[in-house]
Amino acid sequence: MAEPLLDAHRLVKRFGGVVATDHVDLAVMPGEIHAMIGPNGAGKTTLIAQLAGELRPDAGLIRLAGADVTALSAPARSARGLARSFQVTSIFRDLTALDNVALAVQAHAGHSFRLWRDARSDPALREPARAVLAEVGLAERAAVLAANLAHGEQRQLEIAMALATRPRLLLLDEPTAGMGPEESARMVALLRALKGGPSLLLVEHDMDAVFALADRITVLVYGRVIASGRPEEIAASAAVREAYLGEGEEAGRARA
Amino acid sequence: MPDRLHAPALMAGLALLALVPVAARVFDAPFYLTLVGRMMIWALAALSLNLILGYGGMVSFGHAAYLGVGVYTVGILSYHGIHSGFVQWPAAIVAAAVIAAAVGAVSLRTSGVYFIMITLAFAQMLYFLGVSLKTYGGDDGMSLTARSRFGGLLDLEDATVFYYLVFVLLLTFLYLSHRLVHSRFGMVLRGCRSNERRMRAIGFPTYRYKLAAFVIAGVTCAVAGVLLVNFTKYTSPAFMHWTRSGEIMVMVILGGMGTIAGPVLGAFAFLALEEILSGYTEYWPVVLGPALILIVLFAKRGLAGLLERRSAAGG
Repeated sequence: MAEPLLDAHRLVKRFGGVVATDHVDLAVMPGEIHAMIGPNGAGKTTLIAQLAGELRPDAGLIRLAGADVTALSAPARSARGLARSFQVTSIFRDLTALDNVALAVQAHAGHSFRLWRDARSDPALREPARAVLAEVGLAERAAVLAANLAHGEQRQLEIAMALATRPRLLLLDEPTAGMGPEESARMVALLRALKGGPSLLLVEHDMDAVFALADRITVLVYGRVIASGRPEEIAASAAVREAYLGEGEEAGRARA
Repeated sequence: MPDRLHAPALMAGLALLALVPVAARVFDAPFYLTLVGRMMIWALAALSLNLILGYGGMVSFGHAAYLGVGVYTVGILSYHGIHSGFVQWPAAIVAAAVIAAAVGAVSLRTSGVYFIMITLAFAQMLYFLGVSLKTYGGDDGMSLTARSRFGGLLDLEDATVFYYLVFVLLLTFLYLSHRLVHSRFGMVLRGCRSNERRMRAIGFPTYRYKLAAFVIAGVTCAVAGVLLVNFTKYTSPAFMHWTRSGEIMVMVILGGMGTIAGPVLGAFAFLALEEILSGYTEYWPVVLGPALILIVLFAKRGLAGLLERRSAAGG
């Protein structure tokens, strides 16, 4: 078996008495679409934050392409080929769509202590940015302020920014959050079209999207991995069903 | 471009500024030379704060400290008999760069209210340092015997020469800041103001860029301080008082944060208001306060934003 692109080993993160990440092992293989699912509060976003370098785990190891990146900052991990999207859309709202992507290109085009030339007329930034915008289907919207894009377009823009950094691994935190069925389908098509490009680690609540995309699925409950495997294995797993059913019952009780 | 003032308006404004010394002579009103000169110096200070406040989103509440560094470097050297501008000016720039780098290195590890408070605290430390320097006048400050000397090159004792020096420096820094905010570096600053977390996620080590901007702003403000001390011919810790930092901030907000011409407009409007209203009452800020609130409520981009809208409506 090939070496994993991302390899998290025995990760632990505690917030006070709560163990948000409880000895998590997770491996994403090169070229793979790996989905992470689990009920609300399972610690998925916390785990993503540790993988991206925004949160320091209390224990454990994170390897990216074989190198230990546990102590590296988010920008340093980005330089090594990690990119992410956020659960709550995170873009530069007061810049145009093209500016948003051009900044992501610029982040990986050497240092930015360049104080003289106009960045907005620099083809080395604008052309790759336009190409990526076209790739996610936003070519027509390049000059629109990001704040004025529709919600679904903003999510697409976030993917474009991540892609513009030419990542090896893309961490996507609920890319279809808040989307209608149509937008959601477009996002799934967009992600599927990336196949053969970067590996994806996908946190998602929309099970249709998960089963349409994922090569492998990891199930997280209360910070712990309770199952990991191919989609049909996960669908058949008794433990997984119990975890989701249990949550359903509790939610039902809480509502009553 | 949203942050470019309508070119004809800008040109007309600059032409007016260039003509002030002529008008002052023709109408025998040297007072206006002094007033507009002072306005341009404060405009330079406001421009420097705008780089980090308006474009970088760094709310530094201690910017007058760098004004003070410029004032005191020239003052202290002059006290010890060193009047050469070729020594004084570079010394002020180096001192400001070192102090801004130290203050920024600590302050930029915080954000939000903490950043505001810590920059304020550093500025107050410098203020009290100035107060405690008895040799250099302490609380009262001290008078300068002479303005900076540039050999036979420039005679700053000549009011017209001094005015044009300030004018040219303001123009230069306006152009430099225009280049800077549109450069890659400037785009990084804007990104940090807009969404720093996102900037880090796409791979920018934001701290070093913010620190560099902080130092550039500090040095630029020190140049304003150097001009100011030459202008008034006395030093005083009052130049570093936190109310001064507040005034510079008011100028930036009044004129329009994140616009090139805004701080200049803001400084002119602020000092013009002060000049006119203080003739009627010493409580002139009573009028300034509500005016500022109106600007913040109804014209987010300040005076520059209002002008832009006017020129856009006029075609």
